Amino acid sequence: MNETLTQSSTQNEPLLDVKQLTKLYSAGKGCIDINFDLYPGEVLGIVGESGSGKSTLLNTLSARLPPDQGSINYRQANGDWINLYQLPEAQQRHLQRTEWGIVHQHARDGLRMGVSGGANIGERLMATGNRHYGDLRATALRWMKDVELDVSRIDDKPTTYSGGMQQRLQIARNLVTHPRLIFMDEPTGGLDVSVQARLLDLLRNLVTEMGLAVIIVTHDLAVARLLAQRLIVMRQGRIVETGLTDQVLDDPQHPYTQLLVSSVLTP
Amino acid sequence: MQAMIKVRGLTKRFTLHNQGGVVINVFDGIDFTANAGQCSVLYGESGSGKSTLLRSLYANYLPTSGDIFVRHRNEWIELTGSNGQKLLEIRRESIGYVSQFLRVIPRVSTLDVVKQPLKERGICDADATEQASLLLQRLHISERLWALPPGTFSGGEQQRVNIARGFIADYPILLLDEPTASLDKGNSRVVVELIREALARDVAIVGIFHDVDVREAVADTIFHVNPHIKSSIDNLQKRVQA
Repeated sequence: MNETLTQSSTQNEPLLDVKQLTKLYSAGKGCIDINFDLYPGEVLGIVGESGSGKSTLLNTLSARLPPDQGSINYRQANGDWINLYQLPEAQQRHLQRTEWGIVHQHARDGLRMGVSGGANIGERLMATGNRHYGDLRATALRWMKDVELDVSRIDDKPTTYSGGMQQRLQIARNLVTHPRLIFMDEPTGGLDVSVQARLLDLLRNLVTEMGLAVIIVTHDLAVARLLAQRLIVMRQGRIVETGLTDQVLDDPQHPYTQLLVSSVLTP
Repeated sequence: MQAMIKVRGLTKRFTLHNQGGVVINVFDGIDFTANAGQCSVLYGESGSGKSTLLRSLYANYLPTSGDIFVRHRNEWIELTGSNGQKLLEIRRESIGYVSQFLRVIPRVSTLDVVKQPLKERGICDADATEQASLLLQRLHISERLWALPPGTFSGGEQQRVNIARGFIADYPILLLDEPTASLDKGNSRVVVELIREALARDVAIVGIFHDVDVREAVADTIFHVNPHIKSSIDNLQKRVQA
C-alpha cells in the first residue's frame, strides 16, 4: 500500500528543480535568472537564436559550468534530492556517467575517437564495474542494433563513421546505463535532412520507450515541435516565454517568440 | 445534467508585435457551458472566433482574460492557472481534440497515429491495434493504407485518420473542429454515428460544423460566438429546439 502511494507521488514530483540560475560571461552574455522544473519522462525544449544563452544554460545544468548564482536540485533514482554544485566533483562525474547522459552537437566532443565503436559503448559500463568482455560486447552489439548502426562496424574507430553514425554512437554510448535525464545540444545540427529525419525518429522512439526526461537545446522550431512537450524561449540570456510547445508555437505571446515563429519556413 | 466545461468572461485578443502592434479583437466576455451527453455547436461567420474558442478550451490558445473551467478527475480545474504538467494530464485523460487539418509527425504509419492516444494511456499494443483497426475500417480507410504514413493521403482520408485518432480513446470531453469538412455523405454519416455513440456515453461534445445536415443531426444547443453579426441564427435555433 505504501509503495504505491510513494510511486504515484514521485510521478508528480519534478526530477530537476532550477532556481534563479545565473551564469554570465559579460553583461547580457550567458544565462540570467533561469527558473524551471523538469518532470520524469518529459522532453523540454530550449529554443532561441545564437547568443541567447541556451548552450550556457545547458552546460550549467549538466554540471559542466558552475553558475554565479542560483541552484540546481536533482532528485536521484533513490528519491533523494541533491544540490548539484554542492556535490564533490567525483560525485558529479558519477552522475554524468550513470543517471545522466549528454549528447553533444559535435560527436567528437562526446566520443573517444581513438577507440572502437564497441569500446565507446562499453566505457560507461566498465566505469561502473562491469569487466566481463563477453557481456560488454553483447551489450554493445545490442545497442548498435537499437540505434540502427551496422554491427559489423563495432571494431572500427568513430573516425571512420559518417556524421549521422557518430551521432547514433553518441546516443548509444549514453543510453547504455539507462539514464533518467539526457541533455542534448543541437543533436541533429549539421546533418543532412534525411539523416536528421531518421535520427529524430530514433530519438522520439527511444524517449518514449525508455521514459527518458530530456532537455534539448535547438534553434530549429520544427525539431522542438517534434520532440518537446514544453518549450522555453530564450533571448539575451533570459527566458522570455514558456509553455506547452503547441501553445507557444501556435499562440506566441512575446514579441520575440512571434518573430521566431514567423521567421521559419515551416513551423 | 453535469456541466463539463464552464467559460466565464472569456476575452481573446491577438497582439501582433511585429506588425506594428496591431490588435485583433476576436471575442469579448464570453460565457458558455458544455454539458455531459450534449453536443454544443459553436456557430458564427467565418473569422468570428469559433476555432479560437475551441483551441482555447484545449489550452492551445491563451485567453487574454476570463476563466475556463474543465471537469477533470471529478474536480473543476481552471485552465489558465494550470502548469504544463496539469495541462498535459488533462489532455491525456479528459479532453480530446480533432483539429480541422491533420497535423502529424511524418514517417509514422496511419495505424500508429491512430493508436497513439491509447498507447499514451498505457494500453497494450495488441488492444490498441485492434481498436484502431476497427475504427479505421468503420471510417472506410482501406487496410492497405494502414502501414503508410498519412502525409500523402487525400484530404478526406487524412481527415478520417484524424477523426479515428480523436474518437479512439474515451474522453469525457471532445472538441471537434469541422470534422466532416472534406467528407462525402457516406463518411459524414459514419461521423454522425460516432458522435451519437459518444453522446450516448455521456461525452460532452463541443463542435464546429459548417455542414447544415450534420449540424442538425447532432446539435443539442447552438452557441453563437459573435452575435453582433446577424445570420440565419433564428431559423437555426427554431429548427433545433423543435
